Amino acid sequence: MTAPAIELKGISKSFGPVQANKDIAIRVMPGTIHGIIGENGAGKSTLMSILYGFYKADTGEIFIRGERTEIPDSQAAIRAGIGMVFQHFKLVQNFTVLENIVLGAEDGALLKGSLSKARTLLKQLSEEYELHVDPDAKIEDLGVGMQQRVEILKALYRRADILILDEPTGVLTPAEADHLFRILEGLKREGKTIILITHKLREIMETTDTVSVMRRGEMTATVKTAETTPQELAELMVGREVLLRVDKQAATPGETVLNVENLQVVDGSGVERLRGISLNVKRGEILGICGVAGNGQSELLEVLGGMRPGKGRVTVNGQELDLTGAESDARTRRRRGIAHVPEDRQEEGLIMDFFAWENVAFGYHDDARYQRGAMMNNDAIREDAEAKIAKFDVRPANCWLKAKNFSGGNQQKIVIARELERNPDLLLVGQPTRGVDIGAIEFIHEQIVALRDAGKAVLLVSVELDEILSLSDRIAVIFDGRIMGERLPSETDERELGLLMAGITDTDKDHSVDEIEENLAHATGKAG
Amino acid sequence: MDKLPKWADVALIPLINLILALIVSGLVVALIGQDPFEALAIMVNGAVGSTYGWGYTLFYATNFIFTGLAVAIAFHARLFNIGGEGQAQLGSLGVALVCLMVPWPHWLIALPVAILGGGLFGAAWAAIPAYLQATRGSHIVITTIMFNFIASALLVYLLVSALKAPGMAPESARFVEGSHLPTAREVLGAIGIDFARTPMNVSFIVALLACWGLWLLLWRTRLGYEIRAFGHSDKAAVYAGINPVRITMITMLISGALAGLMAINAVMGEQERLLQDNVLGAGFVGIAVALMGRSHPVGVFIAAVLFGALYQGGAELEFETSIPREMIVVIQALVILFTGALDGMVRSPLEKAFLRFRRQPDKPGVPAE
Repeated sequence: MTAPAIELKGISKSFGPVQANKDIAIRVMPGTIHGIIGENGAGKSTLMSILYGFYKADTGEIFIRGERTEIPDSQAAIRAGIGMVFQHFKLVQNFTVLENIVLGAEDGALLKGSLSKARTLLKQLSEEYELHVDPDAKIEDLGVGMQQRVEILKALYRRADILILDEPTGVLTPAEADHLFRILEGLKREGKTIILITHKLREIMETTDTVSVMRRGEMTATVKTAETTPQELAELMVGREVLLRVDKQAATPGETVLNVENLQVVDGSGVERLRGISLNVKRGEILGICGVAGNGQSELLEVLGGMRPGKGRVTVNGQELDLTGAESDARTRRRRGIAHVPEDRQEEGLIMDFFAWENVAFGYHDDARYQRGAMMNNDAIREDAEAKIAKFDVRPANCWLKAKNFSGGNQQKIVIARELERNPDLLLVGQPTRGVDIGAIEFIHEQIVALRDAGKAVLLVSVELDEILSLSDRIAVIFDGRIMGERLPSETDERELGLLMAGITDTDKDHSVDEIEENLAHATGKAG
Repeated sequence: MDKLPKWADVALIPLINLILALIVSGLVVALIGQDPFEALAIMVNGAVGSTYGWGYTLFYATNFIFTGLAVAIAFHARLFNIGGEGQAQLGSLGVALVCLMVPWPHWLIALPVAILGGGLFGAAWAAIPAYLQATRGSHIVITTIMFNFIASALLVYLLVSALKAPGMAPESARFVEGSHLPTAREVLGAIGIDFARTPMNVSFIVALLACWGLWLLLWRTRLGYEIRAFGHSDKAAVYAGINPVRITMITMLISGALAGLMAINAVMGEQERLLQDNVLGAGFVGIAVALMGRSHPVGVFIAAVLFGALYQGGAELEFETSIPREMIVVIQALVILFTGALDGMVRSPLEKAFLRFRRQPDKPGVPAE
């Protein structure tokens, strides 16, 4: 029997009282794709950081190809043949592809030799693995999918034969993700070992040979992918039975609540972010906006939520909103019955250094019921906070904890509780489950659907196609600041939405990944 | 859970920082051939060993409370106001004008108007950098420090022209008798307590009230909530409908006013006329006081008293030994270095130590109010 490409034995790692990894054992066989799945905070990233030399394990041993190896830093990991593709790329934006690949691995003081050597190798690699990239293109002109390929090439150039990918599809369209998986298949055929870290069950099922599940720092199971089901994996991750689909009745839309006509937004550096958007959301309806991040959906939420000025005509319940003047602030929007769960809860939705109870009043802190004469009625806010924390099952149920001390899911519950309990006419909600564990996702989805069923209008923005497809009653696809089309979830699929997200409207025809890439790069290049 | 218990954050770390600063200062004193323990004894005795020492210590502390609070409130909005010096100079102009222009019958009437005058002038001096920061993005550190020079030049100009009293010195006429603030000796003497003759005066009580008022403002009012929220994240503030321009302006106006109030102690309480340099670096000491007091009014009070004692003790040191007064500046600089710049040096080992000894999550902490 061949030695495993990687074997970890008894790895433990603590950060103070938090045990991030508990006695982890894992064997990854060479020439396989091995998935690691788990909720946020389950310890996946810590484990990979230990393997890549960012952290030192408290106890435990690492074996690479059967040999015991110490990995004190990432240089050692690279020498051991381990390559890592991070979620956030580490590329120099104004260097070319070739320069980025050589960076840090130059042969000598003069670049010329390294560059020409790299060029030959790059040509060979791109033919072998469908890793086509123009070596002389600048990174800033490339789309995210291409940049990811550069990261993979960087690892291969350093002769990695074990490749770790951390949440690689977070920023990709479905077609790009498929292409990435084809590349990974190709690498596997050549005998490379791949570790894929993800929280998406579907990717695990489609691409991996074996999968390890992590929960609360422990490795709860390692199974052959062919012998398991998504349902079983989800249960292993959460520790109880979970609903993978949103349980909801058909919508019964009423009169229009939000009506947007020809909305335009130009950002601080003069770039057009929204180029004339028109849409409407009715009572008792969820309109989902899907698109690759950076195509204007954030700006759409911000302008509707009163966080930036815009141009055009927006009405809520028939009354026009002020988009530029003194009444265009978030405070006025809230008074008009618009609640907003922002995309970035840590930077926008919460003050991380405020107590939970202070955050429950955030944005509504001038409400009459929170005042007592010239002072704030902190007792009333705390009472309210305790009720909301209980109702939305925020854990730990302690309003004297600072927001930063809650997990992502519980932070989001605080925001959702604050915004939904106002009983708004219109809910703007961005990335409601980003960085949220499965158990909390289920709960948050239920709350959004319940608000819809209570006859409210919901505008949902998410980069997770699954979420858009399962929550929305209607889907609008945004690309380069324009709405490319509207679809009903029952009459569309990921393939069609994926093409629309890349700005391709003749969705009946076949399109190559390169065409999609080029379209996206063109849009983001212009925007950036 | 926070990494450190509240008491360690507000008391233990500053204490360790202070001790480290004193140890290094002791080394410097030893290096110039003096006995550091003797020097320390002289300083402590000089600062708090007599009512004379206390009087001067608290007189200096009063100045530092005002300038410390000024820096502290700006810190809460993540604004670095290093223009306390200039704002205090303008405040002294405001106070002087109030005291010179009206023949005040009694200090109880003069004081509120002087507070208003000093506050308004200080606030006005902070308003211009604040406006430039809020609307044009001109960095407030740069603008406030430049305004210090302008303030100083303006005061010199006025003292050699419009406000100059007859005589050689560039100073204003003496204030009228009715604007004289009762000193600690007068107040305590009235109730039969003997207190040395020092410049400490009723402004000390105004400073205490300012501490309490600022605490109320920051943790009990909507404005304070908005200032703190804006200080933590300006993006979140916009999300919550808080106007960044408005908060920047209001915070800096309050900050400038607090710095300006220093003049009721220094100018109205002690000098009783307008001098060319009446702030004597208190505006800058305020930065150290706010840093060491972690921008909390109680912390600012304690740090101000400590710096007051350093000032007074340093003066005694100069009298009794051959250690130059500049040594005190060295000690202050070391305190600032250790409390401000080197805070992390003490903090992270301490955090690790606490985590090691505390596996159990503790009970909900004491509110930070």
